Amino acid sequence: MSSKTVQKLDRVVIRFAGDSGDGMQLTGDRFTSETAAMGNDLSTLPNFPAEIRAPQGTLPGVSSFQLHFADHDVLTPGDAPDVLVAMNPAALKANLGDVPRGATIIVNTDEFSKRNLAKVGYAESPVEDGTLESFHVHAVPLTSITVEALAEFEGLTRKEKERAKNMFALGLLSWMYTRPTTGTEAFLTKKFGAHPEILEANLTALKAGWNYGETTEDFASSYEIAPATMPAGTYRNITGNTALAHGLVAAAHKAKLPLVLGSYPITPASDILHALSALKRHDVTTMQAEDEIAGIGIALGASFGGAIGVTTTSGPGVALKSEMIGLAVSLELPLVIVDVQRGGPSTGLPTKTEQSDLLQAMFGRNGESPVPVIAPSTPADCFDAAFEAVRIATAYRTPVFLLSDGYLANGSEPWAVPEVSDLPDLSVEFASAPNGVDDKGEPVFHPFLRDPETLARPWAIPGTPGLEHRIGGIEKADVTGNISYDPDNHDKMTRLRAAKVAGIAGIPDLAVEDPSGEARLFILGWGSTQGPIAAAVRAVRNAGHNVASAHLRHVNPFPANLGEVLRSYDRVVVPEMNLGQLSMLLRAEFLVDVRPHTSVRGLPFSTVDLADVILTHLEELK
Amino acid sequence: MTTVENRTTPDATTTNGAAARPSGLAGIPLLAPDAAKQTKKEFTSDQEVRWCPGCGDYAILAAVQGFLPELGLKRENITFVSGIGCSSRFPYYLDTYGMHSIHGRAPSIATGLATSRPDQNVWVVTGDGDALSIGGNHLIHALRRNVNLTILLFNNEIYGLTKGQYSPTSRVGQVTKSTPMGSVDQPFNPVSLALGAEATFVARTMDSDRQHLTGILRAAAEHRGTSLVEIYQNCPIFNDGAFDLIKDRSQQEARVVHLRDGEPVQVGPEDDRKTLVRMPGGRLEFVAAASVEAEDLEVVVHDAGAEDPSQAFALSRLDSPEMTHVPMGIFRSVSRPTYDDGVRAQVRSAIDTAGGPATDDDLAALLRGRDSWTVA
Repeated sequence: MSSKTVQKLDRVVIRFAGDSGDGMQLTGDRFTSETAAMGNDLSTLPNFPAEIRAPQGTLPGVSSFQLHFADHDVLTPGDAPDVLVAMNPAALKANLGDVPRGATIIVNTDEFSKRNLAKVGYAESPVEDGTLESFHVHAVPLTSITVEALAEFEGLTRKEKERAKNMFALGLLSWMYTRPTTGTEAFLTKKFGAHPEILEANLTALKAGWNYGETTEDFASSYEIAPATMPAGTYRNITGNTALAHGLVAAAHKAKLPLVLGSYPITPASDILHALSALKRHDVTTMQAEDEIAGIGIALGASFGGAIGVTTTSGPGVALKSEMIGLAVSLELPLVIVDVQRGGPSTGLPTKTEQSDLLQAMFGRNGESPVPVIAPSTPADCFDAAFEAVRIATAYRTPVFLLSDGYLANGSEPWAVPEVSDLPDLSVEFASAPNGVDDKGEPVFHPFLRDPETLARPWAIPGTPGLEHRIGGIEKADVTGNISYDPDNHDKMTRLRAAKVAGIAGIPDLAVEDPSGEARLFILGWGSTQGPIAAAVRAVRNAGHNVASAHLRHVNPFPANLGEVLRSYDRVVVPEMNLGQLSMLLRAEFLVDVRPHTSVRGLPFSTVDLADVILTHLEELK
Repeated sequence: MTTVENRTTPDATTTNGAAARPSGLAGIPLLAPDAAKQTKKEFTSDQEVRWCPGCGDYAILAAVQGFLPELGLKRENITFVSGIGCSSRFPYYLDTYGMHSIHGRAPSIATGLATSRPDQNVWVVTGDGDALSIGGNHLIHALRRNVNLTILLFNNEIYGLTKGQYSPTSRVGQVTKSTPMGSVDQPFNPVSLALGAEATFVARTMDSDRQHLTGILRAAAEHRGTSLVEIYQNCPIFNDGAFDLIKDRSQQEARVVHLRDGEPVQVGPEDDRKTLVRMPGGRLEFVAAASVEAEDLEVVVHDAGAEDPSQAFALSRLDSPEMTHVPMGIFRSVSRPTYDDGVRAQVRSAIDTAGGPATDDDLAALLRGRDSWTVA
């Protein structure tokens, strides 16, 4: 063991930053797994460019991965890193503004050549010219030490040896924060099993990084972060996209129906397609369609046939799918539309997060076309939200929007894995017999005779004898489903479709957190802003102020008590990563003077900034 | 080899000649052998047909309703999916399962249904605008994938439901509501397009020729994979007489080239029959029977089952706006693995390899993942 001192910390935020090709996402992932294995609570924020390989060493090419871990519950990936690992000048320049004075910066000095410095506009090396004076800087020639450590690997080129520098960095950080590396070793063995020399080189680099920390005087001490106290249970670390895919599979399992995904690749949703395509064993069929429209068409065709049809996309894809979503509203068939939101409009910011598709999900179709909208609040919550989306879609025979976003999709956190037996049963009853009689008293099937309670129509799938029927996008006569252009019928059907969605049951009342019971200010969020809002509210309360807060998962229909809650506070503030879309809905629905607080920087809210916003509102209320 | 005349496919007869199921219908439950014979009436829904008087769609509907009992399938195992347009009202008039969807997208919906429900005989009814304009992308990809579907493309060379604009098969110069000075758009040849999109079954027939139409429907339904059937269909309101030259009994014989598998490609009345030959350089040309022998020319023998679609494509190029020669029948009918069979096989194999359908324990293992930890 090390003879160096070990200091105890309660929380740390680390950011790995480098060139797109430096393997920073992998390094971050591995450090996250090691941290999860230590029992810390954590939250991650990958941040990468849309280009697969932007020009090397430039600012647009910088890729980073931030991890916040602690001995207590973690709500966000952290505002500011305590430690920045900068693999080149571009990574330093792009991230320095986020690093608070006094923080630790580890730079790979090998990359701080004149040429690389010039690429990002540094005349002198910031490591040497005093720019980093107020930080605790470790200047480490990461690349050359790695290459040196791999000297005996004669079969590898210098370039191949250099590539292992991320493992050296991981080894060093693992030593600093006393993380076990066994998981990473197993991971590398699996990844490079077929290339023994590359595997050995990576393992050697990892070990060399660890040893470097332990032996050089530059690193005086290492740190320990005790495991967080978490409720008993089985945990795993999970990203939003994986949790969402698993939620869909679990729901289909509980519904005893096959899951059929029709999808077209799009950032940041593609990982759901990847995940589901590997789960055929769970009766999951995935079809990569020729375009976004065919993706949802395949899903709707499968739903008509009695499967759980799902399509996954991001905002631009939703725009293309709009007409088919309208058809699903008209046909009243189950369908789940997953929109992993990103910055818009148009191509916008493909790899950055935003919540600006809310109004598109609500209203982005022709005609009166109501669709339930569910928004997960954390990466792990994507599992429950997906499960809930399937519940509503199948029970109410309706398309359902699941609004995730880029932050949830790629971010990760520990997830208390539920017991399968605890998940609700979602069994569906298909129509099996005629449900009416015709003029002559003969039994007939009425595809639009509704369940009086849910207003859902029967789900009668092809293959059921005696229930042959035709449905379509033309307005249908109430009950019989035949084509109808009757004015009163259209009015009635329009209202029935709206009432069906408005009356969706099983949506819990909004749970308001107001420890003092005396708050006059109410902070309401939805979707992925939960972590930053909760953290900011906690900070404000810890400073002795009263503030109430709640988070919406069901955006359409709203929880039944929402209006009452909004009206019971002197001021309501809604932080969201758009220009006030939920605020607009709340104002329209409840005539409450909601104050939006908005940001569209492609990044989650900063806790500190949000806390300031809350304090300002509290000040104004005095 | 598939021909309309002998009404069989290689899949339809076993080596000893006993009747077997056509491969296009494999996996679909059959009517019980002792079930009462189905009638056209059983396939006719109670909905009033609302096409214009004289529309070619009526004849196609009657042919389809009359043909469906031949399949020997239960009505609940047949689904018609359509897009938007006059032809797309078709499903409402058949007492099977049906979906009238949105413009151009029927192939995608049918792909989802056919892939998830191998027990369904899935048909797509579409028109020249629906399939070749707004839905062109879905059509070519359905053909390329070879999903087990039968696509009936009603080609009337005009937009009917929107009242008379030119379509992607309208002829250059055609005066329509949206081309008062004549269309300058180059039309698609649907057969050429389908062959270019790797279609495994491509045929052309005519609304007014019930017998030919029925023969083609049969061959198309029996084919496993995507069958594309172009049906010339007259629109009496907006493009009346578009196909008169080949419907007119006095001219028909000289113009219509009946493709018969394994036979020379010929056109014209008995006393003036012309044979298609491949001229030096490869160009196809109709020549009088006498010159074939005299000049020792290479006669083109139709081979619908040829792997290489080049000759089928060349036949499709015999078309011209003047309808001098119009090939009708099956251009191509080849066997290739279908998309839906492949997709299902992978899912089945994954389930079988894992030892059967996923249990609660299997799901629990998935959710736990490989890197879980326990907090006591």
